[in-house]
Amino acid sequence: MTRVRVAGGGLTHFGVHPERTSRALFGEAGEAALEDAGVDREDVESVFFGNFMGELAEHQGHMGPLAAEALGIDAPSTRYESACASSGVAVRQAVQNVRNGEADVVLVGGAERMNNLPTAETTDALAIAADDLYEVRAGMTFPGAYALMEDAYFEEHGGTREDLAHIAVKNHQNALGNEYAQFQKEIDVETAMEAPPVAEPIHLYDACPITDGAAAMVLVSDSYAEEHDLDAPIAITGTGQGSDRLALQDRDELTRTPAAEDAGAEAFEDAGIDPDDVDLAEVHDCFTIAEALAIEALGFFEPGEGIAAARRGETTATGDLPVNLSGGLKAKGHPVGATGASQVVEMAKLLAGTHHNSDAVADATVGVTHNAGGTVASTAVHVLEVVE
Amino acid sequence: MSDEPARDAGYDDFLDAIAEGEPYYLECPEGHGSLPPRQVCPDCGASELSESELPEVGTIVAHNVVHVPTPRFLDDTPYATAIVDFGPVNVTGQVRGLDPQDVENGQDVTITIGETETDGDRLVVFEPV
Repeated sequence: MTRVRVAGGGLTHFGVHPERTSRALFGEAGEAALEDAGVDREDVESVFFGNFMGELAEHQGHMGPLAAEALGIDAPSTRYESACASSGVAVRQAVQNVRNGEADVVLVGGAERMNNLPTAETTDALAIAADDLYEVRAGMTFPGAYALMEDAYFEEHGGTREDLAHIAVKNHQNALGNEYAQFQKEIDVETAMEAPPVAEPIHLYDACPITDGAAAMVLVSDSYAEEHDLDAPIAITGTGQGSDRLALQDRDELTRTPAAEDAGAEAFEDAGIDPDDVDLAEVHDCFTIAEALAIEALGFFEPGEGIAAARRGETTATGDLPVNLSGGLKAKGHPVGATGASQVVEMAKLLAGTHHNSDAVADATVGVTHNAGGTVASTAVHVLEVVE
Repeated sequence: MSDEPARDAGYDDFLDAIAEGEPYYLECPEGHGSLPPRQVCPDCGASELSESELPEVGTIVAHNVVHVPTPRFLDDTPYATAIVDFGPVNVTGQVRGLDPQDVENGQDVTITIGETETDGDRLVVFEPV
């Protein structure tokens, strides 16, 4: 089985770009990825594209061929949809494609256009990641779903909104200097606490913004990297995926995310590492409580301990395990179908020493990305390592 | 073909049964509970599913108060949604008969059918015992 290298990555600015179509966004990110990789577009043998709400936001299905076309690539191209884990799942497919010898060069990423819709309609579009019959028709929104998980977490483990505010403050701090981030603005705990409610107990500063953007990367086999003398020091050494029952009401527990536990365990075993070996992580903080659930599911913290990790300084840039040095979904933004791929792009740069926050993790060799769909009914986890 | 939207078999039957005061859940031979529509038990794959009476009273295990809704609930805010444990199954719905801010976990409720303020669509509603 060949090892899979990250040859190059590209991002658009994550932010409010309502006039830009997802194909145009993906064209920009993909072009940047090919340039960064130094790989000829004619060598790309397959395209893997993540997108969630194209039908609702752009009246556009069948986006695989459009994604390849946007890059001038003549190769099989498929769209992957797993809600907010769409491009994390696409990355996993791309990794497996290279590993099993089907291809030496693939391009993978995702794009989402969201701000062209009014907020209520975007809220409606995001809600379709939940169970339509039993959740959406009862008035559940996506913030509402995570609010139920947060409420159950408080009930079982304790913790406070102030603990969660520290997660938001940390991720905003990390985004300072990230030219791709939607917010490059420091916030304080007091501001987060006083923000208006979205779906109590979730308030505005607990939630990621609505974002337009795209991410892409070129993955290559070891042999291709050697033959073409590529500068590709980072490898994806572990991949894992998990699923859970779609509706919260059908789960045994509301305070754990077994799909992420399974995906993490599989990815760590695949890479031959333990949670203790991990130097930094990019996790799916669509809401602040989601970061707490993620770092518990990955085995970095015991259940009930994740919520105050940022407050204790353990997951800040200077902590033992920096989490979301990119700014996370909270501050970097969350163009749904691009998020999973963007986490891998940011992690590869962090490990390679080319990220604005690389100095915080100068000796790091192992990073993990965690991309969750819905209320974590889908999760893709990847392990990245410095191999050169 | 009718111009009316088609019913969702199983789900709309479940709502009808609640409205008639005879709510049920689906039970497999192993005793796993689930809600329709189901071809097989989602826990064990058993295909022999029978309708069993839903317990009259359930308990709120988690709740929220929604302020930013989808278009179908624009005139309903703020409202509380909750997940209610009825024993063999949990059910999600809107809590009424209480100020949303007064809803608490552990509160016992009964299940009924209500209508949204916005469009008059029917939905699962919980009321305090």
